[in-house]
Amino acid sequence: MRVNVTVNGEHRQADNVWEGESLLYVLRERLGLPGSKNACEQGECGSCTVYLDGVPACACLVAAGQTEGREVVTVEGLASGDDLDPVQESFVEQGAVQCGFCTPGLLVAAHDLIERVPDPSDVEIREALAGNLCRCTGYEKILDAVRDAAAKKAVR
Amino acid sequence: MSAPARSPQELHDTIAGGIGESPLRPDGTLKVRGEFAYSSDLWHEDMLWGATLRSPHPHARIVRLDVSRALAQPGVHAVLTHEDVPGENVYGLKYQDTPALAADLVRYQGEPIAILAADHPEIARQALKEIVVEYDVLEPITDPERAAHDDTLKKLHPGGNVVRHQRIVKGDPAATADVVVSGVYEIGMQDQAFLGPESGLAVPAEDGGVDLYLATQWLHVDQCQTAKALGLPLEKVRLTLSGVGGAFGGREDLSMQIHSCMLALRTGRPVKMSYNRLESFFGHVHRHPAKMYYEHGATRDGKLVYVRAKLYFDGGAYASKTPVVVGNGTTLSVGPYDVPNAHIEGWGVYTNNPTCGAMRGLGAVQPTYAYESQMDKLASALDMDPAELRIRNALSEGSTVVTGQVVDFPAPVAELVQRLRDLPLPPEPTGERDIRELPGGASNTTHGEGVVRGVGYGVTIKNISYAEGLDDYSTARVRLEVLGGEAVAMVHTAAAEVGQGLVTLQQQIARTELGLTRVSVHPADTSVGDAGSSSASRQTYVTGGAVRNACRAVAEAVYARLGVPSEGMSLVGGKVVAADGEVVADLAELLGETAIEETREFHHRPTYPLDPETGQGDAHVQYGFSAHRAVVDVDLDLGLVKVVQLDCAQDVGKAMNPDAVVAQIQGGSAQGLGLAVMEEILVEDGKVRNPSFTDYLIPTILDMPPMRVDVLERPDPHAPYGVRGVGEPPTISATPAIANAIRAATGLELPRVPIRPEHITGV
Repeated sequence: MRVNVTVNGEHRQADNVWEGESLLYVLRERLGLPGSKNACEQGECGSCTVYLDGVPACACLVAAGQTEGREVVTVEGLASGDDLDPVQESFVEQGAVQCGFCTPGLLVAAHDLIERVPDPSDVEIREALAGNLCRCTGYEKILDAVRDAAAKKAVR
Repeated sequence: MSAPARSPQELHDTIAGGIGESPLRPDGTLKVRGEFAYSSDLWHEDMLWGATLRSPHPHARIVRLDVSRALAQPGVHAVLTHEDVPGENVYGLKYQDTPALAADLVRYQGEPIAILAADHPEIARQALKEIVVEYDVLEPITDPERAAHDDTLKKLHPGGNVVRHQRIVKGDPAATADVVVSGVYEIGMQDQAFLGPESGLAVPAEDGGVDLYLATQWLHVDQCQTAKALGLPLEKVRLTLSGVGGAFGGREDLSMQIHSCMLALRTGRPVKMSYNRLESFFGHVHRHPAKMYYEHGATRDGKLVYVRAKLYFDGGAYASKTPVVVGNGTTLSVGPYDVPNAHIEGWGVYTNNPTCGAMRGLGAVQPTYAYESQMDKLASALDMDPAELRIRNALSEGSTVVTGQVVDFPAPVAELVQRLRDLPLPPEPTGERDIRELPGGASNTTHGEGVVRGVGYGVTIKNISYAEGLDDYSTARVRLEVLGGEAVAMVHTAAAEVGQGLVTLQQQIARTELGLTRVSVHPADTSVGDAGSSSASRQTYVTGGAVRNACRAVAEAVYARLGVPSEGMSLVGGKVVAADGEVVADLAELLGETAIEETREFHHRPTYPLDPETGQGDAHVQYGFSAHRAVVDVDLDLGLVKVVQLDCAQDVGKAMNPDAVVAQIQGGSAQGLGLAVMEEILVEDGKVRNPSFTDYLIPTILDMPPMRVDVLERPDPHAPYGVRGVGEPPTISATPAIANAIRAATGLELPRVPIRPEHITGV
């Protein structure tokens, strides 16, 4: 089947999509956007979190056909050109990135949290990011990064 | 054939900072933009997808294997079995005992039987179902203690079921003491649970060889094993490290390396293999479960008199790192304590359980949980503060460990415990509490009623680097040249960046040694000498030492070109500077169009094998020490645990990148927390019951408490820059600290981790 979807503001078309293919597979293997990660492909780890019509979703759990005519924003769409989003900047600056495999999903989830709750408390950050597994950092520096990003966004 | 369209990148990001500073990762921006090429992102326009058929049985004889129907499927390009392995159908890290593809016997559930390549991953998955395998199912051996001692059991391998037996005898093994405590402790099978799946892309080459891009911990050892199975000379099997999504020991053994190369060579096309999470649980080795019998004897004033222990490590179907686990487990079995008398025996055995191998804290995690449980039991028997007991017995510089080796470097064990004890405890809860911070969290199981608090300590000793006489070394190539009018350095090693920050560290060392700002890191590959494995907390020490040596050789070459004696000269800010501070030359002018390139190795000082009878010998090059104090809240009614605070003190010798050191300690502690309260691969009759992130639980951000990290720097005079390996110790000491805190809260024995709700409630 053919799927038409807006990805990071651009109209994209994928041909010969098999009916069982996930949005994650189409993004990674057909549209050349490997940023969303394939860590569990079961909706458990959050590494493939993308915005689907503005709402965070695990791209591995969305059938590609369901995205027809809809709007997807991936980690590749968070920066504007060379300018990183404050969430991306803070993750680098605060040492929240180690192996980095969980990072794309965490960035989308953290970006969404700060959009909804501009000044989140620690317990709100923990609750919002509890669906994103990280095996390297122990999360402390991820908390630092989200606090820092919220502060940055508040002054911009 | 061309390189993959998405492939490993050189890291040019210039972020100033030398040794002792905390520059940011050169790969950080690529990673937050989603542009960093991990092994599962590799892509070639002409590529096929590989897939693996695995045994559903833990133990079986293969009586028929027919791939003809699978091969006939449209879109399938090759289906291969053990008959198609071009070279030797056997590999292994310590012993060569593992078939690349099972021939006649299956020894664990998930053992690879056949592989195939197809146009689409779904075609590949469907085609696997068309492969016909008839099994004669056999009774599995699953009890490691029986496997070690019961000679009536069948032998899983020609040499019997004991992979390694090691005895350690120090002082009087039959010593007696006033106060004696004993216990039997068990530890479940933990998984590395790295997030990036096993994956790689094999590209056939015109010379009949193959280029493999992959995630691994040790390129050269993969190259050796893969070439042998492919029947190719080493130089025809070239490996390049792609982005690695975590490792923690789980990438030390081969997974898809031989398989993807076999398929690429057979089809003449690039073949990508990428495991899904289910397959990942079967496709890599796990941490050894263990059963440990311990007896401690002490004087009434709390001085250890003896330790006696028997340790059983379940190695599963193949040897992997079991010999090393037995070596580490026994030599570290009494912990960071002065013990005059000891009698220790350790066994690593074959069973039909999943194969166990390397995981962070290799061989030290299991005994530390046991002896630290014993230390609390002993403190209780002596009516002594558990921290005080540890301080009273702490080993220090000059102590003799259980193998007779003298600790000839700082060992601030007592200080670590003292510093933790002096940290303020979190305030006792009062009034109404946010349920999200209570055991059970948002599931609203309690509002604080039935919740009790406990505090516990855990302290560990871990050997750094490879041991027992192995010549453990690394190689680095450093090139100095002028680009854009500026002197720049390129560092090239085969050392695997698995997330720990080695790429940053390589830049820091080169900047410091060569007095430059611009340093880039070449992708790690096998076109440069061996760097050994990114494991055993060894890369900063060994590859750091190699980069230092190569940089110093480059500096020597600069002075030689100038014709000045190197004595007193240094490179600072792109200039050659004399002892009196006078600028002798500008580096960029001196180099001009030419480059200077030097390759050097670093070997750490030798270690020696253990005496087979007494276990005496200078087996280890260095030890790392860490200590944790955990505070937990336990819901006694439901058995739910919330770790409230987890603090760590660790000696790192020299904090080469202080922020990265703290991050390693936090991440390691999280894995230790996981083992304490949730992480276990459940194996029943040799079969894995929970191979998914739905059922194998790792800590989330809600499970990790706030951490205070206290980093000590007591330089090791034998190590480059005084460094001490950092990565493993925090994983080891976190687990017993949490277990001891839960015991303190509940008064229960709790002789097994992970501690589950039913262990606390008794239901």
